[in-house]
Amino acid sequence: MLAGGTDFYPSRVGRTIEEDVLDIGGIAVLRGISATVDGWRLGATTTWSEVIAADLPPLFNGLKQAAREVGGRQIQNAGTLAGNLCNASPAADGVPCLLTLDAEVEIASRMTTRRMPLGQFISGVRRTVLAPGELVIAFHVPNPRHSARSAFLKLGARRYLVISIAMVAATLEIAEDRIATARIAVGACSAVAQRLPALEAALLGAPVDGYLADRIDRAHLAPLAPIDDVRGSADYRRDAALVLLRRLLAGFAA
Amino acid sequence: MKMNFTLNGAVASWSGPPVTRLAAALRDDLGLTGTKIGCDAGDCGACTVLLDNQQVCSCLVAMGQVEGRSVETVEGLETTDGGLSRLQDAFLACGAAQCGICTPGMLMASEDLLRRSPQPDRAEIEEALGGVLCRCTGYSKIVDAVLAASQAPMPRVSPPAGGAVGARIVRVDGHAKVTGRDRFGADGIPGDALWIRVVRSPHARARFELGDLAPLHGRLAAVLTASDVPFNGFGIYPDIKDQPVLADGIVRFRGEAMVALVGDRASVLSVRDDEVPVAWAIELPVIGIDAATAADAPQVQVGRPKNLLLDGGVRCGDASAAFAGCAAVAEGVFETTFVEHAYIEPEAGWAERVGDRIEIHVTTQTPYMDRDEIASVMQLSRESVRIVPTACGGGFGGKLDLSVQPLVALAAWRLKRPVACVYTRPESMAATTKRHPARVSAKFGCDAAGKLVACDIRATFDTGAYASWGPTVANRVPVHAMGPYAMPNVRSWGEAFFTNGPPAGAFRGFGVPQAAIAHEAMMDGLADRLGIDRLEFRHRNALRAGDTTATGQVLAHSAGLAECLDALRPHWRKAHVEVAAFNAGGGNKRRGVGIGCMWYGIGNTSMSNPSIIRVGLSPAGTLTLYNGAVDIGQGSNTILTQIAADALGLPAAQFALVSGDTDLTADAGKTSASRQTFVSGKAAEGAGQDLRRQILRLANAGADAVLSLEGARLLVRDGAEVRTIDLAVAGPLIGEGTFDPPTTPLDADGQGVPYATYAFAAQMATVEVDLDLGTVKVLRIVAAHDVGRAINPTLVEGQIEGGIAQGLGLALMEEFLPGRTENLHDYLIPTIGDVPEIECILIEDREPLGPSGAKGVGEPGLVPTAPAILGAVHHATGVRATRVPLLPHRLHEAIVAAKGKLQ
Ligand SMILES: Cc1cc2nc3c(=O)[nH]c(=O)nc-3n(C[C@H](O)[C@H](O)[C@H](O)COP(=O)(O)OP(=O)(O)OC[C@H]3O[C@@H](n4cnc5c(N)ncnc54)[C@H](O)[C@@H]3O)c2cc1C
Ligand code: FES
Ligand code: FES
Repeated sequence: MLAGGTDFYPSRVGRTIEEDVLDIGGIAVLRGISATVDGWRLGATTTWSEVIAADLPPLFNGLKQAAREVGGRQIQNAGTLAGNLCNASPAADGVPCLLTLDAEVEIASRMTTRRMPLGQFISGVRRTVLAPGELVIAFHVPNPRHSARSAFLKLGARRYLVISIAMVAATLEIAEDRIATARIAVGACSAVAQRLPALEAALLGAPVDGYLADRIDRAHLAPLAPIDDVRGSADYRRDAALVLLRRLLAGFAA
Repeated sequence: MKMNFTLNGAVASWSGPPVTRLAAALRDDLGLTGTKIGCDAGDCGACTVLLDNQQVCSCLVAMGQVEGRSVETVEGLETTDGGLSRLQDAFLACGAAQCGICTPGMLMASEDLLRRSPQPDRAEIEEALGGVLCRCTGYSKIVDAVLAASQAPMPRVSPPAGGAVGARIVRVDGHAKVTGRDRFGADGIPGDALWIRVVRSPHARARFELGDLAPLHGRLAAVLTASDVPFNGFGIYPDIKDQPVLADGIVRFRGEAMVALVGDRASVLSVRDDEVPVAWAIELPVIGIDAATAADAPQVQVGRPKNLLLDGGVRCGDASAAFAGCAAVAEGVFETTFVEHAYIEPEAGWAERVGDRIEIHVTTQTPYMDRDEIASVMQLSRESVRIVPTACGGGFGGKLDLSVQPLVALAAWRLKRPVACVYTRPESMAATTKRHPARVSAKFGCDAAGKLVACDIRATFDTGAYASWGPTVANRVPVHAMGPYAMPNVRSWGEAFFTNGPPAGAFRGFGVPQAAIAHEAMMDGLADRLGIDRLEFRHRNALRAGDTTATGQVLAHSAGLAECLDALRPHWRKAHVEVAAFNAGGGNKRRGVGIGCMWYGIGNTSMSNPSIIRVGLSPAGTLTLYNGAVDIGQGSNTILTQIAADALGLPAAQFALVSGDTDLTADAGKTSASRQTFVSGKAAEGAGQDLRRQILRLANAGADAVLSLEGARLLVRDGAEVRTIDLAVAGPLIGEGTFDPPTTPLDADGQGVPYATYAFAAQMATVEVDLDLGTVKVLRIVAAHDVGRAINPTLVEGQIEGGIAQGLGLALMEEFLPGRTENLHDYLIPTIGDVPEIECILIEDREPLGPSGAKGVGEPGLVPTAPAILGAVHHATGVRATRVPLLPHRLHEAIVAAKGKLQ
């Protein structure tokens, strides 16, 4: 299957492409962002540039920030949300954001459609639960119960076109100046991006002020299992995730 | 399937499999080779085109998605009357295209921006061009060009006769680069050519036996193996032909060529590696210097005991004794890794048999060495080989060694058909040479007044599996390793060992950048110990005209390091004040300022390296520079034209150019060692003067006569008298110049005159370090370079800026790991957002030997950058990096360790 082609072609350098390919890039109904009764529908082939350009509430600030950090402008113009998630790279920048948006994945086959929480969709490094013949057609983001904002931070070893060493995303729902719901996720520090439930719990009821970042404890990072690779060591990733999370939360208060 | 779409405003259609990449369709089927392919993976942006007004990588677009849409390429940018667009004109005028391979992509990305935002600022430009890599320019002049494109067009500099040297004329070959018409290695391949795909070793060290290749013969035109190569060894040195064209039963590095599959393009690409039967006996590879020098290390090459390629050094005074009397001593060990050239054009070329000669069209830095190597490999006479260099999309030393040349030559010779080979990006990275990993141990001492007294340096290099330029590196480094300073007692040693790493070869600086990291850390260390300002400490010790170097050479002229430091001083002081103010604010970011100095001997080390240049004036009045020196983007075509023009006394604009073709030019040596301006430039000056003498003799005119060329008539104005030479009658006139820089061999103690002249430079860097994350952002670089004379300041600045970008990469991000960073996704080179604003200051301390006083600048730009950045990081954090690249996790670790020590 081929959407924007930005993961498809790079994995096929210097050889002929002989497999049968279904190109979904031209299917109009799979594209674009729209409001629904209970939230938002992000079409599978919505490009990063379309995310950046879309008129969206602060709930989507993080996803927009992520979109601006994906590759360079050419990649943003072609790469799609579903491609990013279905490619299931541990460093896919879209995954932590959509995790913190509580997104559901809508999957279609010739027979039926089904929906599942994004957290269950990616099953490992470059693996999803998609069955043969299935395709992702959209992501559904529910309306938050309270006023909500999200944010995203990425760390790479150069400015553009860089795979994340670590990245963090958070969505905070705020009621009466206090955090009513927090969803926080970290990418590139485990096979699949992870939510941090302990940290989310620790933030409940906290005022969004300059002390927010102090509520983070190293133990909150327990779900992460970073590895050593050419981009960084496991220890570094853990430290960096912590620093990024602190800055991300501090940013909410700023 | 048939696709209908709009191409550069016109209706177009194309038929083929819908999964075909747009880049391939444009280049192979629609004849638009202006769109370049540097990686086929979205990483370089060279293939950028506009799809419905938006920039995309055409290597990632399926033809099936182009149906009904609008595609615009560089070929569509020119105005309807065939003139350059504002943007193209600005690229040309600003010197934004060097080799030009990234230029079409840069232009299209800029076009996308300018349509959205006609008056962009620097931040917007970075954002829009962030997806296009340039390895040549350091991006500065590209930013200038995009800014200029929204302003009134710049008037073109067109100096009169005698005014070319020193003028910022645009590149003589620039028009083709900004229109996409320049033909690079992969652009002119004949439609009926067969293709080669090389099967390479996945193992770093193994023995192998090929199985039955007969089944492959059925699908292909030929399957070449070691036994098909008449003389299966090549190498830079006449006496070291140690690298096989195709491995013969044993492989010594991952990526080594084993089998060449020859056939039509689709067929060779469809053969999978595992369809080539190989029986392997894998052996434990020798990886790194320690493994190579271990007592029980296996030999990488037979007949190379201890895996030693070469060693040698420079000795003067008595360093060991002198340390005892030093007031301050600094010591350190510094390590660097394999670094990849990462030119945006992968190796490419094609060959054709013409009667009993072989003609090779190839991207190369050295047509004459290629000619001689191919003659040797094929056991033909030199005269039977013709090299026709294509435009070269970046070299930096990596296109000095053979790549596709022997393969296409052998196949074309045998099959009597044109045969082409274009490396893929991963292949280019795995198979070609790298910068030598180094371990430099240094000990420097000075007296209480801060005058250097002694140094002891040992530079050990990993030369990889084959010698390549290893001897050059091991010879050059001991001469330079004490730095550009007067030093009475020196012991410096260079040694290179074979390993099962990729062959380490020539890369901008031949080992000197690695050594500079060490000597500049020593300078900082000694200055700090004595409480002397780091710039002033260097100034105190700078080599000056009249000083004697460690090899016993007296620098008679042109040693402008002190002037470079004088020029930096105001910037340095200001930066210190600013940095202190910033740091006083606290927080998790710290800024620092650092300085790096260098010197660099121009041309080969103690070896003859002559150039011959010719200037011809035809009966029809065509004035031609016959230039055997290839321009790999650095600008020698333009520089040599400027020099020859002034020597002759006609305007540079009247020159035509014949470049590189070994049938049409004379040998001007290789484009390396920063030698083309100095050596070939001097030859071009001689050629211009020679032609002028002939003309003056014909006209019986005095030395001050003024020439003007009007069609086939040459007017010679001598005082009040004007004589006319009818060129049709005078017949063709050819002037020739030759120059070989005067050097002497080095004796056992490294005493002698290794180079005729040296370039000097000092750079300062301001950086900001994120203390929590270990990331480094370079904020500004000021570079002062003594170039003797800037023949063309725009081109000189371009070399410095491009060198700085590579130096920044060396310091902070570039690390080639075989099998792991073999693409431009994992191997990071600086993007437009990583290279800061650069201020260049040109110091012109004339070298009497050079043309109009010029020296060289190709490599010097890179050498001081990493030391300056690392010094700035030390200033900011107290951490002295001993291993580059200083990746965020390494700096973070060091910062944490330093904090631990304090507590
Ligand atoms: C130079 C470069 C830089 C990049 N930088 C980043 C970055 O910074 N951050 C980042 O996260 N990613 C990055 N990427 C990766 C990539 O661009 C993104 O992941 C992008 O979003 C992928 O989308 P696509 O539509 O191009 O995927 P495609 O290549 O079209 O598809 C990717 C995979 O997903 C499958 N697929 C696509 N759509 C569907 C669907 N609807 N249903 C089922 N399967 C589907 C395909 O079969 C394929 O296996 C980069 C890529 C490149 C080339
Ligand atoms: S060739 Fe398309 S991005 Fe490099
Ligand atoms: S000019 Fe940009 S890569 Fe050469």
